[in-house]
Amino acid sequence: MNKKLLSGPYLVWMVGFTVIPLLLIVYYGLTDKSGAFTLANIVSITTAEHAKALWLSLGLSFISTMICLVLAYPLAMILRKRGVGRGSFVVFIFILPMWMNFLLRTLAWQTLLERNGVINGILKALHLPGQSLINTPGAIILGMVYNFLPFMVLPIYNVLCKIDDNTINAAHDLGADFYQTLVRIWMPLSIPGIISGITMVFVPALTTFVISNLLGGSKILLIGNVIEQEFTRGSNWHLGSGLSLVLMIFILASMALIAKYDKEGEGTAF
Amino acid sequence: MMKKTKDRFKQIVENFYLVFIMVFLYAPIATLIVLSFSNSKSRTQWGGFTLRWYIEMFKSATIMNALQNTLVIAFASALIATIIGTAAAIAISSMKPFPRTVIMGITNIPMLNADIVTGISLMLGFIAFGISLGFKTILIAHITFNIPYVILSVMPKLKQTNKSVYEAAMDLGASPIFAFFKVVFPDILPGVLSGFLLAFTMSLDDFIITHFTKGAGINTLSTLIYSEVRRGIKPSMYALSTVIFVTVLGLLIVTNFAPGRKRESR
Repeated sequence: MNKKLLSGPYLVWMVGFTVIPLLLIVYYGLTDKSGAFTLANIVSITTAEHAKALWLSLGLSFISTMICLVLAYPLAMILRKRGVGRGSFVVFIFILPMWMNFLLRTLAWQTLLERNGVINGILKALHLPGQSLINTPGAIILGMVYNFLPFMVLPIYNVLCKIDDNTINAAHDLGADFYQTLVRIWMPLSIPGIISGITMVFVPALTTFVISNLLGGSKILLIGNVIEQEFTRGSNWHLGSGLSLVLMIFILASMALIAKYDKEGEGTAF
Repeated sequence: MMKKTKDRFKQIVENFYLVFIMVFLYAPIATLIVLSFSNSKSRTQWGGFTLRWYIEMFKSATIMNALQNTLVIAFASALIATIIGTAAAIAISSMKPFPRTVIMGITNIPMLNADIVTGISLMLGFIAFGISLGFKTILIAHITFNIPYVILSVMPKLKQTNKSVYEAAMDLGASPIFAFFKVVFPDILPGVLSGFLLAFTMSLDDFIITHFTKGAGINTLSTLIYSEVRRGIKPSMYALSTVIFVTVLGLLIVTNFAPGRKRESR
């Protein structure tokens, strides 16, 4: 029996439900309603409304990614020091939220931030003026950081765990202080994890429509919201596909980054 | 002496940081859980302990229907993905480097691609193939994004198996299928099981891809929560959240601390 035949069902499945559907996006994105070739769907990213949504998405997801990195790196270092290795309970605690239904996580923040929500309730009880927290870009950033932080922690932690203690000790023996070790040893050795973490946060943050919908109200439109609305309400699938193609440029760029810096897949989360 | 105080200080800073992140991660979820037991619709006042919202949740046909869909889809998609994925992993591991790289590249697409793009592409695919959106399409979509997780769980196990044992079994007269189930399968079983559980959890957790492939009139828990939340939050949603949280927690503890899982994973 030829073992390769076993991959038959999988190959058929992947061609039918991954490759062809992706090609369909390309087809829809490059044609108009009559089926004629056009670039209009892609060029429409430059219209004021769409360009604004794209810039806002890029900006918010960039800020969120940076906040995640700054929060996650020290956490991963502490976890490496404390954890008894992968699979230890401490590490599990910090990775767990990654697996929580992300609608629930966003719902939780909505409950906290709303005008009659928990935070304003506490402020009121302390006789402080209520704040309008929800429906602001800040609320969206908070939602992104909260939702995607574990995606940054895990790859960095995995890479840090592979650094040999002797390397660090050698640096200390040679007189390097904490800061020098951080910049000359830790950081360069953890680049695959950092890059992998950045893409794992940046891509979902850039393309989200749920967080902006629930925490940003209907006034703040991200590019994900625009695309989602074209498919579910506006029903201009050609326009939606064209905008998705623009988004895919950013996704492909991050895949290329991973391929370049993380050749052995060390920084992957699974 | 100096060094000791310094280490002590460092320790305190580190502990403080761990607690800070932990509060940030868990406070919102804890709030939901507390509110699910509060006998008051207000979010800021504790109205006494009640199980009212849980009873309301279990009585609601919509929620129970969505729960049933979610579980059936998660189980069926994980099972089918495990079968297809395990077979594929066996085939891939015996391939030459070039086809192997190509296939693993395709395998990575659904994992690296943004969910919104995967969802839209599947929706366009179903419509092009003439499959009407509904239960079927959600199931197919979930199988599609689950297979890669199974393959990635099984592959490392296959790398560790000793080929000679399998060949020895065949030399001793076992048929390839018999030899596989007697010799290879027990070795890769932990990988197959963790692939199944991973797939089950991913399916349970998915919202975006389901949102685009579900069609009207059918809901999973995620899509139900989404549509309810946009209309205004009801406390029975908190009860539902608590139930889901506890379920996922239980599943993850099983996956992570099941014997044989942690040592082999990378």
